[in-house]
Amino acid sequence: MMIKNRFLKQLISSFIDLLPILLVVLVFQILVIRQPIPDVVDLIFGMLLVVLGLTFFIEGLEQSLFPIGEAMAFDFARKGSLFWLLVFAFSLGFGTTVAEPALIAVADEAATIAAGGGMIETTQEAKTAYALGLRLTVALAVGFAIFIGVIRIIKGWPLHYLVISGYIGIVIMTIFAPKEIIGIAYDSGGVTTSTITVPLVTALGVGLASAIKGRNPMLDGFGLIAFASLTPMIFVMAYGMII
Amino acid sequence: MIEWLLSFWQTLLGTFRDVMPIAAIIIGFQVLIIRKPIHQPKKIFIGFFYVLLGIALFLQGLEMALFPIGELMAKQLTAPEFLHIDVSLGNVPWQAYYWVYIFAASIGFATTLAEPALIAVAIKAQEISGGAIHALGLRLAVSVGVAFGIALGAYRIVSGTELYIFIIVGYVIVIIQTFFAPKMIIGLAYDSGGVTTSTVTVPLVTALGLGLASTVPGRNPLLDGFGLIAFASLFPIIAVLGYAQIADWNSRRGQKQSK
Repeated sequence: MMIKNRFLKQLISSFIDLLPILLVVLVFQILVIRQPIPDVVDLIFGMLLVVLGLTFFIEGLEQSLFPIGEAMAFDFARKGSLFWLLVFAFSLGFGTTVAEPALIAVADEAATIAAGGGMIETTQEAKTAYALGLRLTVALAVGFAIFIGVIRIIKGWPLHYLVISGYIGIVIMTIFAPKEIIGIAYDSGGVTTSTITVPLVTALGVGLASAIKGRNPMLDGFGLIAFASLTPMIFVMAYGMII
Repeated sequence: MIEWLLSFWQTLLGTFRDVMPIAAIIIGFQVLIIRKPIHQPKKIFIGFFYVLLGIALFLQGLEMALFPIGELMAKQLTAPEFLHIDVSLGNVPWQAYYWVYIFAASIGFATTLAEPALIAVAIKAQEISGGAIHALGLRLAVSVGVAFGIALGAYRIVSGTELYIFIIVGYVIVIIQTFFAPKMIIGLAYDSGGVTTSTVTVPLVTALGLGLASTVPGRNPLLDGFGLIAFASLFPIIAVLGYAQIADWNSRRGQKQSK
């Protein structure tokens, strides 16, 4: 009975989370655009699926993604193997990004722009190669970000120095990078972090900061995601300059 | 019904395929390097299945309900006929697009509030701060940041201002705020920039950017449609730092008064 109640409570809370979207859509479509809703049945049924999906996701989050990330952080800290921890950090960043659907879409679009701008040949092979190169670049950047972020947590470096250096790096790269790539580069920072990666990486950072003596999970545990959205911008602009 | 089940099955398979590399890395390191049995494997396995099922249902529902109408609305709102603009005259004043800015802000706010990755980070932040950071308060602050960011991004596409100017000014504001904000919030604030834009927000925002860039005279959809996601990742940082700053001032003033 207990579980049923909790599930029901989460279901209601998911529904409230989605209510603003429904409101915005209805208000704009009916009052501003003054057009009928094209498919009411699909809208209602789809929204029910979204509510159910969000409920399952949050339920599973607390049962699996958070505990996995934290347990691995504790085990690595206890084992004391910095080398393997860093290999893990890099693999997690690289592996979760290279197959990210949002990134694949952005990379294909970028290849079209590059071909249109005369940066590469307009053949299909050249575009495919360019898109793949871009995806690998972003994945490398995210792997590097988690790698540096983990070193930061272990050493206790203040986060803002690294982030500010990253900003300066982006500004300098913007001056030299080809104009066509800048928009894609800036957006690539936002699309790298997926719904599964974020909880895992957050739990890893917080877990490491709790397991290592002298680190505060609130002060030192966060920041991995921040790096993962900064480095792709720099790496993608570098890619644009080299190609 | 059968058609629907088939398409759901494909979404589930697709989600499974996306998660494979992550699962392989975790299992690989667990077995080869850590070499310790997983604590409560059954619970974790069921939880992981819930996550997969949840994401698949979520995506399927979005594709049925939200994405078609969202894209349609982005197209309708940016159409010159709706805005009563004569495109052939050339320069259109940026104010003419006011409905687009209002829509951009509203949809940015609403979709961010429903973003699963942000909910996850907010839950974790509330947990480890011992309740000092309220999950809903954090999510509201981030949503306000995204709303402002996307509205400003829409204005940028309409006005044709260079993207990097806004980004650099944004960075300067973040750096100044960093020196005044309470230390505890900085990591979380920086992270909140990256988590805002995933499953729900990106497709809708991309549709809006493309719609604008292809209808505003003188804009090239390939070049000018970008930048909304960058804005949506920058302004939440400013919003969260600002929110913490105000909360900090308020509590200090309260302490002074009680003395």
